[in-house]
Amino acid sequence: MSASAAIASTGGVRTNEARTAPAVDVADLRVAFGKVQVVDGVDLALERGQALALIGESGSGKSVTLRALLRLFPEGRSRIEGRIHVAGRDVQALTRRQLADFRGRDVSMIFQEPLLAFDPVYTVGRQITEAILRHERVSKEDARRRALALFERVRIPSPERRLDNYPHEMSGGMRQRAMIALALACRPQVLLADEPTTALDATVQIQVLLLLRELQRDLGLTIVLVTHDLGAAVEVADRIAVMYAGKIVETGTARQVVLDPHHPYTIGLLRSRAEGALAKGARLQTIPGSPPDLAARPPGCPFAPRCFLAEHRCHGEMPPAREIAPGHRVACWHADEASVAYRVGPTPVRAAEPASPGPPGRPSEQGV
Amino acid sequence: MSVIPGTPDPFAEDRGGPAQPLLSVSALYKHFPVRKAGGRKQVVRAVDGVDFEVLKGETLGIVGESGCGKSTTAKLLMGLIARDTGQMLYDGQPVGERSMPWRSYRRQVQMVFQDSYASLNPRMTVEQSIAFGPKVNGVPGRQAVERARALLARVGLEPKRFAGRYPHEISGGQRQRVNIARSLALEPRLVLLDEAVSALDKSVEAQVLNLLLDLKQEFGLTYIFISHDLNVVRFISDRVMVMYLGRVAEIGPSDAVLAAPSHPYTRALLASMPSLDPDNRTQKALLAGDPPNPIDPPPGCRFHPRCALAEPVCSDAEPPLGAVAPLHRVACLARQPGSGHSAAPARALAA
Repeated sequence: MSASAAIASTGGVRTNEARTAPAVDVADLRVAFGKVQVVDGVDLALERGQALALIGESGSGKSVTLRALLRLFPEGRSRIEGRIHVAGRDVQALTRRQLADFRGRDVSMIFQEPLLAFDPVYTVGRQITEAILRHERVSKEDARRRALALFERVRIPSPERRLDNYPHEMSGGMRQRAMIALALACRPQVLLADEPTTALDATVQIQVLLLLRELQRDLGLTIVLVTHDLGAAVEVADRIAVMYAGKIVETGTARQVVLDPHHPYTIGLLRSRAEGALAKGARLQTIPGSPPDLAARPPGCPFAPRCFLAEHRCHGEMPPAREIAPGHRVACWHADEASVAYRVGPTPVRAAEPASPGPPGRPSEQGV
Repeated sequence: MSVIPGTPDPFAEDRGGPAQPLLSVSALYKHFPVRKAGGRKQVVRAVDGVDFEVLKGETLGIVGESGCGKSTTAKLLMGLIARDTGQMLYDGQPVGERSMPWRSYRRQVQMVFQDSYASLNPRMTVEQSIAFGPKVNGVPGRQAVERARALLARVGLEPKRFAGRYPHEISGGQRQRVNIARSLALEPRLVLLDEAVSALDKSVEAQVLNLLLDLKQEFGLTYIFISHDLNVVRFISDRVMVMYLGRVAEIGPSDAVLAAPSHPYTRALLASMPSLDPDNRTQKALLAGDPPNPIDPPPGCRFHPRCALAEPVCSDAEPPLGAVAPLHRVACLARQPGSGHSAAPARALAA
């Protein structure tokens, strides 16, 4: 890999390959911890400058997928398979040293809880200059100037003074802005964001989401956003991928997924939102049961035990991802029926049969 | 009919009739002392003069940003922390005095917390946790356990499978169902739900919200529902109270408050909700910066430094909670006749 010459430059495009390849290109990604297959065959492709939201419930493997893009897992205790190309580099092939250069310079990440991500014993400004000095040959003064410019860019008020703050001296929203400034310190091409607004108040959340959108537009940044909140995903993302039990069950543009969902799980997610309730006080449509235990994964479609369209085949055979419109892929045997059911109106999302010993809750609880 | 034998609970029955509020709170204050750098003493004005009523059989939603005092209010209502001043009347009886001691009050009023794991004793099975309250209140052991099992079944957890489990052996949604069952074990009339569904996944959240609706109807409950999620509050509440820096900014029927908000702060809160429409994404955040610190609230109207309607008068006079429509009250000078604000309506509403 071309190293030293490129480092001195602005940290932009480094090789020919990097200029043409998609920003994120993942094929058949599989991640296992011990015997538990947490991510089970994920394909993702993302053009430069696009924003993708990975949404799903806890345990769906969305955060693990994101972290695998930076190989953030201890080698001994995890097994990562499949092709991972990010920012034009083959992440699986990088040596330790190359990986350390790669993280933060080509691809960087922001986390849900910035108070835990920052080191509490150094000022925020020092942590940002440290990152710049680690990757680029610049003077301390230049690094500090850049840190200041970054603080202005993410619109932290009185930035000069705030650079000398310790993380605990900032409020939650400001810490998340500082985290974004740190992530952008070396002008990465790809920004990975793991639930960046979950811990924030709604009034602050919208500010951070708008900031991410603005950075994507102004800097041509590629963003992969992991969230469980469909609303946050729609605000930022061009494309949405819905994950369930370690698989992507539906992917498409934000419009396709939110306005024209074809997978029963996506439909269930949209229907169960409180603002979608037909009338105040009317019961919400719910997805029965709870997500499967990944250690004892049933054969076939993982959503089948909770699905209102499931039939015999679903319990035995995993449906392949099928393209139903340009860029809109769904992994379901009954995508068309599901779409019709969604358009016709409030069909109760009901399990076809009270499935195996797993789902809690009364199966009869669902429906209108 | 009381579950607690031998001690007929005079407070279990309705006293004042349906028109009397179940709980009325007036001039509630709670300040926490803090010591800042340099040894200066300061106070956090967590709850700073709050008045409201909870009507029988309704669900009152409380919304606001972090630091607005909504959780402190809940803890004061439960008596988990002592109030500085203020009066609470439970069905006409002053709480904490001889006619309504805390012990009887707490049989009537129960609470469910956000963290489902931290609020259960890890060394008790879920059945023991649910039966604990009735046992302490004198219900014979076997009867308490029977009741616990019935409640488990009622919240959708099969007693055979779940009764003997420990909190770490069940999922978050199931734990929150256990907490709800426990809160119902003493047959309360009022249940405080403090961010009770916030930590759950969306699909599980919907299940628990449905359960809460069913239980309310079945047991004739009254809820105080605290949440930061306006969509959930809109769904479940009959009336909504918006808090800002320890005070009530707006209170009224949820249709009125959340569809046609009067207070500029409520407006900004609503505008902060993600749109969920890819063709019509949010373009601008109405509020900049973080929620301010309740240590030194600004003079006058507490919202004026962030408010689009602010005028000089707003930094002088603290707005009282005045009616803009029957049952709908707002603490904003721009909505109050004769306040000196240029946008104020001309004359008083005939209420």
